[in-house]
Amino acid sequence: MSYYKIFAIAILGALMAGCPSTPIEDPTTTDTTYGGTDGADTSGTGGDGMGDGEYFGDEIDESLGTVIYFDFDSSEVRAEDQDLVAAHAIGLTSGSASVRLEGHADERGSREYNIGLGERRAQAVRQMLMIQGVSVGQIQTVSFGEERAASMGSSESDYAQNRRVEIRYTD
Amino acid sequence: MIKQLKTMALLLLFTAAAKAELVIDVQGVSQPTPIAIVPFGWEGRSPDEPLDVAAVISADLYRSGRFAPLDEAKMLQKPTDGSDLDFQDWGFVGVEAVVIGKVTQTDENAYTLQFQLFETFSRRQLVGFRMPATRGTMRAAAHRAADMIYEKLTGIKGVFGTKVAYVTAKQRGNERIYSLVVSDQDGENDNKIMESKDPIMSPAWSPDSRQLAYVSFEGSKSSIFVQTLRSGNRFQVSNKPGINGAPAFSPDGRKLVVTLGGINGNPDIYILDITSRQTKRLTTHRAIDTEGTWSPDGRYIYFTSDRSGGPQVYRVSVNGGTPERVTFEGSYNARPRLSPDGTRLAMVHNDRGNYRIAVMDIERKDLLVLSTGRQDESPSFAPNSDSLIYATRQGGDGVLETVSADGLIRQKMASGQGDVREPVWSPFPKF
Repeated sequence: MSYYKIFAIAILGALMAGCPSTPIEDPTTTDTTYGGTDGADTSGTGGDGMGDGEYFGDEIDESLGTVIYFDFDSSEVRAEDQDLVAAHAIGLTSGSASVRLEGHADERGSREYNIGLGERRAQAVRQMLMIQGVSVGQIQTVSFGEERAASMGSSESDYAQNRRVEIRYTD
Repeated sequence: MIKQLKTMALLLLFTAAAKAELVIDVQGVSQPTPIAIVPFGWEGRSPDEPLDVAAVISADLYRSGRFAPLDEAKMLQKPTDGSDLDFQDWGFVGVEAVVIGKVTQTDENAYTLQFQLFETFSRRQLVGFRMPATRGTMRAAAHRAADMIYEKLTGIKGVFGTKVAYVTAKQRGNERIYSLVVSDQDGENDNKIMESKDPIMSPAWSPDSRQLAYVSFEGSKSSIFVQTLRSGNRFQVSNKPGINGAPAFSPDGRKLVVTLGGINGNPDIYILDITSRQTKRLTTHRAIDTEGTWSPDGRYIYFTSDRSGGPQVYRVSVNGGTPERVTFEGSYNARPRLSPDGTRLAMVHNDRGNYRIAVMDIERKDLLVLSTGRQDESPSFAPNSDSLIYATRQGGDGVLETVSADGLIRQKMASGQGDVREPVWSPFPKF
C-alpha cells in the first residue's frame, strides 16, 4: 500500500519538474554522476523521508528511489525494496518509458564472474517488473560487474553500497 | 627462503626508467647467481651509444630474481672483446658468468649489437651472438640478448622480450578514464591503444601477438572488439543483447571463446568464429558460465561455473558434451588460465577469506597458493610457463605483480597510473 503514496509523490514531482508526459521523472535528473572525486555514488534509496514534500521541486530523484541494494552473494530483491520496484512498474505500465537496469557487484573475486553476478541482479529486477506487467521491450539490462563502484573503499559498507541495481530511464 | 634484495641496486638500475609506467620491486631467491654485465663498447659517429644495452640486460637479469649483477664499480676490467677477458680477475670478484659486448654503427640508423657470454670457472664461451638493430629496435635487441643469456644459464626460455597488456582506470575531473595499455614486460615502452569513459575489460592476446581482443562498455552496453596493434584498427566481433564478455583466442587464432548472456541474462560459453561471426553454444546451464579459456592443445575449454552453488572450474570439449568439474579444493575457484605447456592451471582462489592466485598441477591435482594479497585477480602465465602476472591491491589501487610458478620469486610493478588491473602476458615474439 505504501507504493500508492510513492506513486502519487512521483506524479507530483514530475508535474513540478514540468514533465507531464510520463509520471516518472526526467532521466537527466535521475542520472547520478559516476565516480565523483570521492567516488561515491549515493543517489536516493527511497524509504525514509518519502513523505517529506518539501524536497520535490529541487531533488526530484529522491522522490522515487532508483537504486536497489542486495545482500552478499544474493540476487533477491529485499522485501523492503519490493514496493519501490512496484512503483516503477506502475509508472512503466501506464506510459511508454523505457528503463535500463544496470547491475553491479562488489569488488571481491574475479571480474567477469562479477559481470555474471551483476546481470543476475538486473534480471531479478527485470523479472519483477515483467510480472507486474511491464513489457519486454521497455527493459534493457546491462551488468557492469565491479567496474563502476558507487563507493571506492574496500569495507563491508562500501561493498553493501556497490551490490546494487540502478534503474535508469532511457527515454 | 625469500628475501628482499637491496633497493639501492634497484634505484641504480632504474634511474633511466624513472618515467616508465611501471617501476619494479623484486623479491628473489636467497642465493642468486653472481654475474657481471660489463658496459658495452660503442663504435659510432656520435659520442654516445643510442642505449645503455648492458643496463637493460642487467635490469632484466636482476628482475628475474635469479641473478645478482655485479656493481660496475667493482669490476677490475671492462673488456668489450672476448680476447681481452682476464678470467682470473672475474674469478677473484666471485662472478660465475661474464657478459661483454659492443654496439657498432653501420649507417645513419643501422647498428650491430654483439655480445658474448663466458663462464668463469670453465673459461668457456657459452654464447656469442650478433644482431642488427635500429634506434627503434635497440631495446628489443637488448632484451633478446638477455633472453639468450638467461636461457643458457638457467635452461629456461627467457621472457624479457615479451609484452604485457593491462587496463588502467584513472580519475580525470569527475570522470573515470579507462585505458588499454601495451608495454614491454619490464613496464617500459608503454603505449595506450584504447581509451574510453566507459569500462574496458578482459584483454586477450592473439597467438601471433598482433591483436588484442577486449570488452568495451562504450554506449553503456558490452561488446567485444578485436584490435590490430600495429595499425590501431579494430572491429566489433560481438554486440548481442546482454553480456558480451570474457574473450580468449583459440590456439590457431581463428576463433574466440566468449561469454554471451542474451536478453534473459543467462551467461553461457560460446565459440565465436572471428571471420564468419557465427557462434556455437557450448554450455546451456542456467548458472553463470564464464571466463572460458582454451587448453593449449585446442581440445578443451576450461571455464568458471557456479552450477554447484559457488564458482568452480569446469572443462568441456570444444565439440560440446557434458562439462566435467576440475577444481574441488575450496569454496571459490574462478578465472582459470592454463600454462602454455599445459601442465598447470592458474585461478583466483578463496584462501580463508582472501582472494588469491593459486596454481593447480593438472596431473597431481595439488593446489599451491602463490599470492599473499586480499583481493588478487586475473592470473596470466608467461609464455615460458615459469611465472605468472596478476593484479593485487596496494593503498586502494590495483598494481601488478609477477611470481614464479614455484612461488619463490615475486616482484611488484608499482605504477603512477591509477588503478592498474587485468594484466595479460603476450606470447613469445617472432623474429
